[in-house]
Amino acid sequence: MKITQLSVFLENRPGRLSALCRTLADAGVNLSTLMLSDNGEFGLLRLLTPDVDKAKATIAAAGYAVTTSEVVALQVPDRPGGLAGVLVLLEKAGVSVEYMYAFAERPGTEAVMVFRFDNTDKALAALQAAAVPVFKPVDLFKS
Amino acid sequence: MIRNLWNDLEGTFFPESALDYIPEARLREVQLQRLKAVVALAYEKVPLFRGRMDAKGVKPADIRTLADVRLLPFSVKADLRDTYPYGLFAVPMSDVVRLHASSGTTGKPIVVGYTAQDMEVWKQVIMRTLYAAGFSRSDVVQNMFGYGLFTGGLGLHGGLEGMGATVIPISGGNTERQIMVMKDFGVTAVCCTPSYFIHLIEMVQKMGLDFRKDLKVKRGVFGAEPWTDQMRQYIESATGIKAYDIYGLSEIIGPGVGAECHCQDGLHIFEDHFLVEIVDPQTLEPLPDGQEGELVFTTLSKQAMPAIRYRTRDLTSIETRPCACGRSLRRIRRISHRSDDMFIIRGVNVFPSQIETALLKTESTLPHYQIVLTRKSGLDRMEVRVEVTGEMLKDTVGAMDGLQKRFGHSIAQITGLTAEVTLVQPGSIPRSEGKAKRLFDKRNEG
Repeated sequence: MKITQLSVFLENRPGRLSALCRTLADAGVNLSTLMLSDNGEFGLLRLLTPDVDKAKATIAAAGYAVTTSEVVALQVPDRPGGLAGVLVLLEKAGVSVEYMYAFAERPGTEAVMVFRFDNTDKALAALQAAAVPVFKPVDLFKS
Repeated sequence: MIRNLWNDLEGTFFPESALDYIPEARLREVQLQRLKAVVALAYEKVPLFRGRMDAKGVKPADIRTLADVRLLPFSVKADLRDTYPYGLFAVPMSDVVRLHASSGTTGKPIVVGYTAQDMEVWKQVIMRTLYAAGFSRSDVVQNMFGYGLFTGGLGLHGGLEGMGATVIPISGGNTERQIMVMKDFGVTAVCCTPSYFIHLIEMVQKMGLDFRKDLKVKRGVFGAEPWTDQMRQYIESATGIKAYDIYGLSEIIGPGVGAECHCQDGLHIFEDHFLVEIVDPQTLEPLPDGQEGELVFTTLSKQAMPAIRYRTRDLTSIETRPCACGRSLRRIRRISHRSDDMFIIRGVNVFPSQIETALLKTESTLPHYQIVLTRKSGLDRMEVRVEVTGEMLKDTVGAMDGLQKRFGHSIAQITGLTAEVTLVQPGSIPRSEGKAKRLFDKRNEG
C-alpha cells in the first residue's frame, strides 16, 4: 500500500520551518511525522499527514512550492538485524532506497519506517512476496 | 497587391492600413518631402537643433536626398533633460493640446508635446498597429498600460477608440481585479507589458482559473520593454492567445512607431511618419541593412516636438527580406535588449535577456528570476535568484542540486560566465506591476 507524502521547498533561513508549521496548525492539519533534509542552501521538508489533500492545498495557497510522491511504511522487527533483513530483501529484488526515516507515532510495539524507493511498485511486490507487513494509510494514521 | 489592402484576418477593408502597402518609390518620395519640411521647422524653431546644425555647417537646403539625413547632428535623451521642460518644442504652447512625460529614472522627467495634428497622426499609427495584430471593432479590449503621463495607456486608448473597439481603460495594477474584469466583461484582446502579462498568467493559475476555458482573450499587443521569443512562446502556449510585439517611445510619439503583423516576424516601422536608421553605437557611422546597431529615428510629420536623428539606445537591425504580409514598410528585428540594459561583469557584456534565455532553456517554463551583482574584495559576483515552482520541485535534494547546476551550466553556455544560482521560495522575488526590474547592481554600494 502506497502512502502519499508531501515535499515542500524551503529556503535555509531562520523562521522558514516554523512559518510553514504555523500555517498548517492554523488550518487544523495534524502532522504525523516529518523529515527535513538540506544541502546548506535549501531544504526539502517531507511530511505525512492523514489529510494530504487539505495539507497540500493549504501549503500551496500559502505560496510554497509543494509536490507529492509515493512512499511505503513498513513494520520493521524491533531487534538487532531487523532493518538489515528488510534491506537485504529489497537489494535482492533490485530496488534502491532513495531515503528513509522513522515514523513518529508508533501504532504498535514494532518500529515503523518510511521508505522512498526508486521503484515503488517493484518494492511492494518484493515485500508482499516475503510477507513483510506494509501499512495501509488507514492503519498508519489511526490514533 | 489589391488583396493585400484587405486585412488578411478579418476580410474587412481598413482604410488606415492602406498606407502600410504604399509602393516603395512613392513612400521614399513622401519621406523626402516630409524630411525637408521637418528639418526646416527644427532649424527655424528649435535653438538646440539650429545651434548644432550651424556648428556642423549644415543648412536645411542641404537635404536633397534621403541619404542626406546623415549630414544632420544626432540628439539624445539628455537633450530633453537639458532643455526641460519645453526647450525642444517647435510650436507655441497655444498649439500644444497634450503633454506626456516619462518617469525619468534619474533626475527630472522628460516632457513631450503634441499638436492636434500630432494627436491625429498618433491615433492613425496606433490603429495601423492594432489592425496589423488582427484587432477589430468587435473586440472588447482591456488596456492595462498605465494611464496618465505615460504615453502607453492613453496612446493605445486613442487608437482603440478610433477603430471603434470597446475599450476598458483599466490602466495597470491590481491583478486580481484585472482578471475579474477580463472574465466578467468577456474581454477578447489585451494591451500591456509582456512581463506584466506573465505575472497575470501566474495569478490566473493561482486563482484556480483555466485561461483557455474561463477567459475569452484571443490576442494581445505587448510592448514598452524588450522581450524575447521565448517569452512569446511561453505566453502563447500558456494561454492560447496570439501575442504581438509593438514598439514605440515617448520621444518619437509613444506607442505606434512600429508593429508586428500576423507573420510575427519583425516589426514594421510606420515609415511614412518615422525615418529609421541603424548606426554603430560607438562610431555613430550608419550601418548597412541586416547589421545590428543602435536604432535612430527622425520624425517626419511631428509638429510640436520634432526629433532629429534621435538615438533610442535600442539595439536591432533592419530586416532585408520583404514580409510575407505584403506591407512595403520595412521591418526591424524584435528588440531583445537595449544598450543601457546591458551590464558588464568581469569584462563581459551581458544582457538580462540572455539570462532569461538560459533559464528557459533549462526549465521550459519561465521562472521568476532576479540578477544581483555584488563586489567582494574587487571581484564581481553574479547571483541569479530563481523561484522554485511546484512543477520544478523534485522530491530529493540531489535532484534539486542537479536543477541548480543545470541552470548554472546553461547560463555559462550562453554568457560564458559563472553565475551563482540560488533557488528561492515562490513569491520571494518582488513582482512588478509595470516594467520588470530584473537587474540589481549593488557593486558600488557599501
